[in-house]
Amino acid sequence: MKVAILQFPGTNCEYDTQHAFEALGATTEIVWHKSETIPGDTDLLVVAGGFSYGDYLRSGAIAKFSPVMKAVSAYAKNGGKVLGICNGFQVLTEAGLLPGALKRNEHLHFISKHHHLKVLNNDNVFLEKLSKNDVVNIPIAHHDGNYYIDEKGLSELYANNQVLLHYTDAEGNIKNPNGSIDSIAGICNKEKNVFGLMPHPERAMESLLGSDDGVKMLQGFLSA
Amino acid sequence: MKAIVNVSLKAGVLDSQGKAVHHALDSLHFNNVSDVRVGKQIILKLDETDETKAMADVTKMCEDLLANTVIEDYEIELVQ
Repeated sequence: MKVAILQFPGTNCEYDTQHAFEALGATTEIVWHKSETIPGDTDLLVVAGGFSYGDYLRSGAIAKFSPVMKAVSAYAKNGGKVLGICNGFQVLTEAGLLPGALKRNEHLHFISKHHHLKVLNNDNVFLEKLSKNDVVNIPIAHHDGNYYIDEKGLSELYANNQVLLHYTDAEGNIKNPNGSIDSIAGICNKEKNVFGLMPHPERAMESLLGSDDGVKMLQGFLSA
Repeated sequence: MKAIVNVSLKAGVLDSQGKAVHHALDSLHFNNVSDVRVGKQIILKLDETDETKAMADVTKMCEDLLANTVIEDYEIELVQ
């Protein structure tokens, strides 16, 4: 299992992501954004979190034109599995690989804390190790995590089981930290090979550090 | 010529920053403000004299990069 992890100027979660996947037994490679190719043996491509290009203009807006993104698009369109975490999710929406957009948090604060998420759909490689309605405890750390999509897009997401995670409390009741439409924390594309979420599963790998629920999330990719 | 591009959130997309500014104006007793939208302005200096060509180019820039048309509208003004 080979995980390629993208690194833009301003990415800051690439080493956490690398550590998380290596702890699960994967081999990893960090790919600098100037590269025009991604490793040929890549089984999963992760667009890691951070602040690519300082979030200038809009989060993820400039990263989408980095040389590597053409290869990412081709890889995704060919059925390759892509996971965008936090800024990676923003990059994937800006690049048009996932629908919708991420706006400034409703109350304008940068939010950094653990938050519960409820699994809505697990008929995909990412969440197959979890059951529907499972609640996981995963850190969030973002300023622009307020997911928006128009009504038509939203009903398509639900119709195709593309809504993966809702922000909730520990009991699984909706609790919305950032104003996201329908409290959505993560989605996938129609083909279910491109995934995006604002929370950081790679930061929830050790119960000593608050939660190891991220293990169950990332493990899905390893068994595929 | 110069192109002045104004980008703002679409009508119907909640503008949290506009709302916060509105609140602040209210607390300063400017009670006659009924709505506030916060956007951004991008000023481009163009090496171009043909207005039609400039407008087409800047429109493409807005669609590709300057605005996210999922959530934002843009307006372009050309100034000689």
